[in-house]
Amino acid sequence: MLNKLSLDLLAGEGGLDQEVTAGYCGDLLSDVMANAEKGSVWITIQRHNNIVAVALLKELAAIVLANGYQPEPETVEKAKEENIPLLVSSSAAYQLAGRLYQAGIRGNYRGDRPGS
Amino acid sequence: MKKFKTDLHIHSCLSPCGDLDMSPKRIIGTCREVGLDIIALCDHNSAENVEPAIRLGEAAGIRVFPGMEINSREEVHTLAIFGHASQAFAMQEIVYRHLKGSNRPEFFGEQVRVNECDEIEGFNDRLLIGAVDLGLEEIVREINRLGGLSIASHVDRPSYSLVSQLGFVPPGVRLDAVEVSDPLWARTRGMHILQELGLPVVSSSDAHFLEDIGRQASFFRVESATLEELRLALQGRSGRAVEI
Repeated sequence: MLNKLSLDLLAGEGGLDQEVTAGYCGDLLSDVMANAEKGSVWITIQRHNNIVAVALLKELAAIVLANGYQPEPETVEKAKEENIPLLVSSSAAYQLAGRLYQAGIRGNYRGDRPGS
Repeated sequence: MKKFKTDLHIHSCLSPCGDLDMSPKRIIGTCREVGLDIIALCDHNSAENVEPAIRLGEAAGIRVFPGMEINSREEVHTLAIFGHASQAFAMQEIVYRHLKGSNRPEFFGEQVRVNECDEIEGFNDRLLIGAVDLGLEEIVREINRLGGLSIASHVDRPSYSLVSQLGFVPPGVRLDAVEVSDPLWARTRGMHILQELGLPVVSSSDAHFLEDIGRQASFFRVESATLEELRLALQGRSGRAVEI
């Protein structure tokens, strides 16, 4: 995935073996806490170190900062400590999500089911 | 007029991200060391440590205003600062009514209630790091109604700020001031942004650790250390003024 999406890994290499089963885009932490699925790649432009706590809480597979946004230094530190993969990309969230979806990462989002 | 060194944004160990050394007693001790005259204790979405801080402040000659830093639905942080603890608790009641979830200390940190003697009184179980299900406009309206000051937190930061989350002051939001973490930003890159916001500017530390208390401060030229005097200074009325 790193190569396919040309992502740069900033921290949390040890956490890369967790299987990616879903994805979520969101910049409001309260929304991500409420809705992100376990095993998701989370695409965001939020750079505060609380993103690492949210990723841990929701057992997310990785955090990707879109649009070339760089995390705050405390965020990198915390991701290292907690072994949460923290990646950056120059692409926008829409493009990143599209490529992940094409690669077969669909997830099981409750709002995405036929008839829901 | 007297000049009061003022830091209106200090967290205690009640905030999940606040250092456990940030007890009311140690906060007041540090305020004395760094020469602060006025502070506001503003924990995330809660005011449960304000009473010991107010009493310890009284004994040390430091005016402590009870407050909290409220996280709105848009994830904009706003300081709500009051003259009396009863007003802060009335605001807290509104906040609690709209704050869902329980804290997970292993991810977010402990939320500790501490008394005047540095003893733990208990733990707050709410998700204080969370966002209140109220928009900024409603929150500011409630702060105004209760007689408090509403100050948009750290507008120069890329997270949780009025500027990062909304980029402007929505019509109908009657803030009393904006806070900057870096006064230099206010004089350089941020000058135009602040002009556009068109609100009085204060600077405070947003301290989560003892060593950060008073690192940034505002200087209020007022007659006495009351909330109404601070309000006059923010409005630049009756010869009162604030400098950063």
